[in-house]
This record gives sequence, structure tokens and C-alpha cells, in this order.
Amino acid sequence: MEPKVLTGEHFINGDEACAEGAIAAGCTFFGAYPITPATEVAERMAERLPDQGGTFIQMEDEIAAITSILGAAWTGAKSMTATSGPGFSLMMETVGLAVVTETPCVVVNVQRGGPSTGLPTMGAQGDMMQARWGSHGDYEIIAIAPSSPQEMFDLTIEAFNLSEKYRVPVFIMSDEVVGHMSEKVVIPKASKIKTVSRPRPSGRKDRFKPYQPGPNGVPPMATIGEGYNVHVTGLTHDEQGYPVMSVDTQKEMMTRLIGKIRNNLDDIIRTESYLLDDADIVIVSYGVSARTSYTAVEQLRGMGIRAGLFRLITVWPFPEKQIRELATRVKGFVTVEINMGQICREVERCAGSKVPSYLVGHTGGTVITPDAVIQLIKEVF
Amino acid sequence: MAIAKRQPKSTSAPLSPDPKHPLEDLIRMERIPHIWCPGCGVGTVFSACLSAIQQTGIDYRKFSMVSGIGCSGRGAGYVRLDSFHTTHGRAIPFATGIKMADPSLNVIVFSGDGDLFAIGGNHFIHAARRNMDITVICVNNFIYGMTGGQVAATTPHMAKSSTTPFGNPDSPFNLPLLAIASGATYVARWTMIHSRDLTLAFEEAIGHRGFSFIEVLSPCPINYTRRNKIKTMDMVRQFHNNTIIKNHANPSELDIDFQKGVVLGKFMDIDKPTPDEILAKLRNQ
Amino acid sequence: MKYWREPLDTGEIDVVRGKVYIIKDRCKGCGYCIEFCPREVLAFSKEFNKKGYHPPMLVKSDGCLNCHYCELLCPEFAIYTVADEGEAGPNPVASATENQKSRLKA
Repeated sequence: MEPKVLTGEHFINGDEACAEGAIAAGCTFFGAYPITPATEVAERMAERLPDQGGTFIQMEDEIAAITSILGAAWTGAKSMTATSGPGFSLMMETVGLAVVTETPCVVVNVQRGGPSTGLPTMGAQGDMMQARWGSHGDYEIIAIAPSSPQEMFDLTIEAFNLSEKYRVPVFIMSDEVVGHMSEKVVIPKASKIKTVSRPRPSGRKDRFKPYQPGPNGVPPMATIGEGYNVHVTGLTHDEQGYPVMSVDTQKEMMTRLIGKIRNNLDDIIRTESYLLDDADIVIVSYGVSARTSYTAVEQLRGMGIRAGLFRLITVWPFPEKQIRELATRVKGFVTVEINMGQICREVERCAGSKVPSYLVGHTGGTVITPDAVIQLIKEVF
Repeated sequence: MAIAKRQPKSTSAPLSPDPKHPLEDLIRMERIPHIWCPGCGVGTVFSACLSAIQQTGIDYRKFSMVSGIGCSGRGAGYVRLDSFHTTHGRAIPFATGIKMADPSLNVIVFSGDGDLFAIGGNHFIHAARRNMDITVICVNNFIYGMTGGQVAATTPHMAKSSTTPFGNPDSPFNLPLLAIASGATYVARWTMIHSRDLTLAFEEAIGHRGFSFIEVLSPCPINYTRRNKIKTMDMVRQFHNNTIIKNHANPSELDIDFQKGVVLGKFMDIDKPTPDEILAKLRNQ
Repeated sequence: MKYWREPLDTGEIDVVRGKVYIIKDRCKGCGYCIEFCPREVLAFSKEFNKKGYHPPMLVKSDGCLNCHYCELLCPEFAIYTVADEGEAGPNPVASATENQKSRLKA
């Protein structure tokens, strides 16, 4: 039996590192459906999970894949699925179910060029807004964007921890380049890996209210078979979990669901700053494009232009406060992403009219070059 | 931590001045009355399902009920078990996740024909193919009841619905044939009026190792019988009078035609390994 | 319970008796219990329950044989029977009305 945590140095691709991160985080259930360029996550899980006492199942479509992981989550398992754009679209309705039933789960989207079948084997970052708003209704989720195979490992653990802590679906918004790129991945000792498990109920089972919030707005979660007799529904429900079709119940439920994310932004949001202290121009980027941006910053500095990088590790919830603060002291923002302006709109919104905001975008299929970033900055600043 | 197993129904009704309805320990009584209309058969089927759960004598904590969307889909909301009311058509993959993650549970999918066979049809055939060890109960009322009587994949040919005002041009599924062709290892059909056979079938299906499917014919008084100018009681009498019990009948002869007689009974009951068993074996190797 | 002909040992057999409990306010008046009771012990009452339906009432107080069929059929959990452990009554077939008897013998 292979150990749960493959401590040591590995040369593996991002998808494989993601699978290893999941196993290290305690994931014991994976619902799969093959899709390029995310299939390697499923393949690695199929090989590794049974050895760990876990369950891998390939379902009949992505809807079934995500639905199965919600079912598994209620048996106490930490569960995950991985997909790309077309599958992500199919999963959207169930994302809403996960949000409203507060079912922890991790959904990996190894993004490829879209829309529709698009560019299956080529990367893009065009699903960022879909991750935020793809399911109907109003809600909050968490999405994080790894920039390297190492981060595919580290941030998958982080995704599970956040998902368990806040009982919310967490998206790993990777892309084909990071998913298929092989690099050194250092896996620490199991004892050095911090894992979080969902809050659990205690006290009298007959008085348990499955949606009565705990201190941070998150209710403790019962497991099937414990005798709590929970009822879980996608309908608007009260603290008992029973459907109540009323404006007041909707307001109470939604306020808490949104609040448990919005009131804990400092705990959830992770960003990285590179040469920002004295920067005039802030490049905002995430995922593979952050690598482009990093090189661009170095080259711009070589040219005497004071550029810095603000990298979004957490894309959703969006680090509004940080962007607003930067807007008070810089000359402008440049967002670098492989789409025609998604996160750029968020940056613009937060920067307001104080400073200009520009996009270095691409329709997908390739990474953005540092030259494109440098060229734009030279033109506009 | 063990709790006493519930007694089978025959010994559980105490004779006191005001005994409780024998199913009350399995019903979320605070949610009664349920939403089902007067004359709707879903309540009867639900009741048979609860009786079957009682009669297995299995610890209630080892059960979970999953429903999709629709009138029958409200079943999960009334049963005092760990119960899940999921999205439209997705009860089976949700149940699959539960069963595969914790094979010690008895997972019952209680849902309707529209949910299981139109929007959820793909999940049904695949769960049957895998011989997933779950029990799928389909209350077939021939129509989309909750949304106001639209044509379903089970609506009889030329029957009227709100979206086929001149008659349904399509033909309905033969559900037991579909289930058997897909690989289900226990398949039965009853009507809500055959509630004794139905209860026994549910009990048998829960005990069955593998994918079990029971179709239950049931009237929809508001959206099917009324629109088609059938008296609900007449339809239920048809269930009684124009049905033939024929176990192991030829599945291709199981189309629903009350003129020639609808065949009821158990059509398939075979043994075949289930995915959770196979996985457990692989883990031990 | 509707026999084509009366069994020969009818008079010798003690038959289980049932007591019918009707939770009137749960009833939605579908009439299934009335229609399908094999002993025809129920009928619609004239009274309204709080939902506005006519719940069933017992019209043959010693007719129930505790077969639970009404209980199984009722979609509302509004009717059930329990074994009547009081005095075992006479065999219901033997004590059936003349009218019923003649029908049974027909």
C-alpha cells in the first residue's frame, strides 16, 4: 500500500499534484467524468484512492459526478470532482445545491479555451466569472487559482480546509497549462500538513437543528447514520432544514449563507505581493498568467519602470479591500488574464475613477507573453 | 452506542386509549399534512415504503432516503430519516454517492416518473447497469403533477396534458423493460391499490443486494384523471380490476394498456455482485 | 372476505377483531378506505373535518377484522386498526346480516 502522503520531491504535472493534494487533505471520495485537460486528476485518484480506503467512481456525466460527491459528503467523506469548461457548465445547477445545503466539496476546473467545445487541449482562464456566478440565484463561494504544480498540491489542501471550515463548495480554478506542466513538487511530511474537518454537532439528537449556525456563521454538520435524522433540501429552509416558502426565511437563510463568507474575508482571502511597496503600476494576475506577470515585472524593473505584482491566490471572494487600498497610492492597474476581461472588471470596479485600469487579455489557447504586458504598460503609462 | 432495533409493526401497536398511527415514528409529524392532493396515490406509496422499512427490522439509522423534484420528490421531506431532497433528476447519483461512500447504509430513492425517467433517465440506466445497491421507487402518475400536468415520458399515447392538449403524439416508456435492459437485478411493478404486495416488494427490494426498481402506478386526480375525464376512483378500480399478476412475465409485454390488462408482479430477481462489494474486495487484495 | 360460498367450518373459528381509529382532521376525503374495505365497515360521515372534508365513520362496529388494508391505503396516515383484545366476537361471516349471507351464498 502506498502511503497517504507521498512525502518527498516529485516531478509531476499539476493535475497529478492536485490529486496528491486531495489525498493528503483527507479526500476519500472522487466522482469523475473524463474531460481534457482534467482527466489526469481522475486517473491519479482512480489509482491512488482504493489503497487509502477511499472510493473512486466514474459517473455517467459531470452532473452525476458532482451530485455523487455531495451524497458522499453527507456520509462524512471529504469529496472532490475535477472537470473543465463543458463539464463545469453542466455542474452549475448542483453547485447551487451544494451552496444552499452547505455541503463541503471541492471542484477542480482545469480551464481550456471556450466557449462550447472550444480548445480542449489548450489553456485559458475564461471560466472565472462562471465560477462566481454560474449557478442561478445569489450566493457566495470560494475560488482559488494555483500558478504551479506545487500550488496545485498546496492549494488543493487549502481548498479542502476552507470547504470544510465554511461548508461551502470551493473551486480550484486551474488551467490547462498549469494542469499539464510538470515541475518539482515538494510534498511535506504528513505531520506537517494542516487539515481541517467540518464542525460536528454535539448534544441532544432530537433537538438538533441542522442549520443553526455556530460562532462563525457555519452550522455543525451531522453525518448520515448518526441518528440526527437531518432533512436536507435545495428549497429555501429554516434552521430545522424544513422548506419554508417565505420572504423572511429566504432573507434569513441567504443573509447567513452570504455572510459566512463576507464576514470572514480576512480568514479566507490569500494574495501575494511582489515589489508592490514602491510600485506605480500594479499588475493584477492569477494562475498561469501570474507567471507571465512575474517575468514582466522583473523586466520592467530592469527598464526602470516601477511595476509590482498583486497575485490573486483567492480569486473569489475578490480581495476588494486590498485593491481599493492600492488604488489610493498607485498610478494604475493592469490585469493580465487569458480571457477578454473578467477579473479586470472587478479591478476596475474597485479602483473606481481614481486610477486607470487596463487589460492584457487573450482569447485563449496560449499563455500571454511578458512582452505583451510590457508593451501595453509602455504605451499607456 | 447501540439503540434497540425497532420492533416489526405486528408487535409495535400498543393498545392504549389513544394509540398512535403505527407509522408515526417514521414520519416528521410536524410537517403533516403533506402537500399531496386529495386522492393522490403518492401518500399511499409512501406509507407502504415506511411500512416496509419498519418490517425489515433494520435500525432506522441505517436508512437514508433521497428524492428528486416533483410531487413524489417531496417524500424525503416527510420521512424521519436522514433524508435528501436534491435537484431535479439527480436523486440517483446523490444516492450513488451515499452508497459508495458508506456501503453499510440502505439507500432508498423515492421519486416520480418525470424526475427519474425524463430529466434523470441517464442516471437511472447507468445505476441499473452498475447494479448499484440502491432501491429506486418510482411513483408513476403518468404526468408532471407539480408543475400543472404537462406530458411526461410515461403519459399514455394520445392522453391529454396541458402541453399535449390534442393528445400525446408520443409513446410512453415501458419502465420494467427499460430497467431490465439496463441491468437492474430486481424489477417489479405494482399499483398503489396493491399496497400489501407493494409493501412486501419494497421490503424485498430493500433486502435485495443490487439495483432494485419498483414502478408503482398511481393516480394524479388533479392533473391527469380530471383532464382526461376519468374519475379518479374509476382509475383506482382499474388498478384493481384490469390488472394481471404475472411474475416473470415477458418484459416486452409490460406496456401499460388497461384495455388488455396491465401486468403486475416481480419480473426480475437475480444475484449479481455490486460495485461496493467489488471495490471492497479490490481494497483487500 | 367476500366468499363465493361460506366455508364449512365458519361457525367454529374465532376470528381476530380489529378496532378502527380514525384521525378525522387528517382526512382529505379520498374515500379509498371506504371503497376498498373488504368488510365494508366504513362510510362517509355527514360531518366536516377542519379541512372541510367528510371523514369516514365506522358503520359496522363489529365488522373490522384488523386486516390493516385501510391503514395501508390511506394516503394521509388518518386511519389505522389495532387488534381488539376484548371479547372475541362471533365469527363475522356467521353473524353477517341475512342480506349479506344471501349474497355470500349466491
